[in-house]
Amino acid sequence: MKILIVGISSAIAKLLAVQLSDEGHEVSGIDRRGWKNAPIEVFDLDIRKRAAEDVFRKMRPHVVVHMGTVTSLMVPGEERYRINLGGTRAVFDHCRTYGVEHCIFVGRHTYYGAAADSPLYHTEDEPPMALSTFPELADLVAADLYAGTALWRFPELATTVLRLCYTLGPSGHGTLGTFLKGGRVPTLLGYDPLFQFMHEEDVASAIRTTVKKRVRGVFNVVGPPPVPLSIIAHEAGRRVLALPEFVYAIALGRFGLPKLPPAALGHIKYPVIADGAAFRVATGYSHKFDEGKAMRDFREAFPPPERGTQR
Amino acid sequence: MGHADDINSRAARLELPFNRFGYDPYGISRKHIAWGMRAFEPLYRWYFRVKVFGAENVPARGRAMLVGNHSGGVAVDGAMVIAAMFFELEPPRLAQGMVEKFINKFPVASLWASRTGQFTGIPEHAIRLLQDDRLLMVFPEGARGTAKLYKERHSLVGFGTGFLRLALKTRTPIIPFGFVGGGEALPTISNAYSLGKLLGVPYVPITPYGLAIPLPVSMQIHFGAPMVFGGTGDEEDSLVVPWVDEVKAKIASLIQDGLAHRKGLLPAKGQTSRERA
Repeated sequence: MKILIVGISSAIAKLLAVQLSDEGHEVSGIDRRGWKNAPIEVFDLDIRKRAAEDVFRKMRPHVVVHMGTVTSLMVPGEERYRINLGGTRAVFDHCRTYGVEHCIFVGRHTYYGAAADSPLYHTEDEPPMALSTFPELADLVAADLYAGTALWRFPELATTVLRLCYTLGPSGHGTLGTFLKGGRVPTLLGYDPLFQFMHEEDVASAIRTTVKKRVRGVFNVVGPPPVPLSIIAHEAGRRVLALPEFVYAIALGRFGLPKLPPAALGHIKYPVIADGAAFRVATGYSHKFDEGKAMRDFREAFPPPERGTQR
Repeated sequence: MGHADDINSRAARLELPFNRFGYDPYGISRKHIAWGMRAFEPLYRWYFRVKVFGAENVPARGRAMLVGNHSGGVAVDGAMVIAAMFFELEPPRLAQGMVEKFINKFPVASLWASRTGQFTGIPEHAIRLLQDDRLLMVFPEGARGTAKLYKERHSLVGFGTGFLRLALKTRTPIIPFGFVGGGEALPTISNAYSLGKLLGVPYVPITPYGLAIPLPVSMQIHFGAPMVFGGTGDEEDSLVVPWVDEVKAKIASLIQDGLAHRKGLLPAKGQTSRERA
């Protein structure tokens, strides 16, 4: 099959591209960040530009995997909206215009939000409470919901919306990996939320399974059961620096901490755990790597700084 | 065997799917349960001298819903029921309460509630835990129950139908229990609702001695035989309310059993934790 991956420059997308190529698919990618020495054809383009449409026109992909959304809160809000909403619209418009058979939108489980009174496990039918708990994620939530509308707007296009939990592995890619990279992991005193993550190889495998099974609908994609943040930090060889909430809020943007909106603290106070049963039933998918392997692989790729090497 | 060893051994016999780090898929930690029980044990055995009757009515395995009366301002009753299930059952079981939403908003309290399986009382949690064959602990009176004044301590306030609908939906047996002593441990003469609002809790109980610290009174828990109702949980209120009243009447009768036992009108069939030890 001809498969086009939008947002090919991310670590998971590269992994996916290689695996799909190895399976014999003809894989291409689009990303304005490019991919040096790529083993597949990569178009260094912005998905919202005219030239990207030409790729669809010429290539006529059977399957499009849209991984081109931005999660980093370091990207200014307006730019995030342009990429996440404008880009998603362009992907679905082109899919419809150029006869794509299957479009996979790769979203995040943070859609469900982290709050004191949230259910511990979230199923796909729940509303996007992230809108009230973390308004800065509204563009990602909107992109997820917009992608879901393709299920009824374009019935001829098989659409799959995946809500992936955090990823962890040797690339250090993603929100959790970035959070763990320093020697000390800043946490909130008196809280130790569960974190749900899967090995990045398993993420690529779950998307490959989606391509193969061509399931329609919205699905949570998860791996092994969640573990507390303190255990993840410990297994990654990091020290936990537990700060009272008011100190943490003041320290954001200072002392090496990223400048995040206060609502981001909700994600280190309360868990966001998705129930992946529907995806497993629909596709027969099961994860290969357990939580220990994901944490070990991360630790080996990103050894703790000098003082943190002792466990 | 010392008490600490005994508690560790009991925690090890909890039939929960702990992973290699000692956590189950809900984040319940064997280590935290053992620590919590070490803190509860002196209260359970010596401070409140809890006597348990009818513990054999609680199934050793499989889903079940403990449903009882609330009193005593700060939910000491819930803590002692958890301790009773841990210390009196063989194998021990973890009773998982459905706690008030405010608990999860406080640091430390949120952490300990999560690690010991005491989750916010929302239907999603109750259904999932029951479908996972856990032992749920429900006080249908909620915060209105703990807010009872001393003179109302043996009464029951309104029960909703939610707990019974959940039992029907998940085909779960209800194990009724009557708890005696909670209202005497914390003799509430008034509740400060405005102060509670300021502190982020439903109310602050006021006692004759000022502080909301429980007194060392003896407590009894009487468990009744399982009550099983047939249905889907979607029935009309006209059908469900009589079943709720049946459970409520059974709990009221178990409270009376506890009071009669106190007055020496009932034989002391209960096995106290001290006698076990």
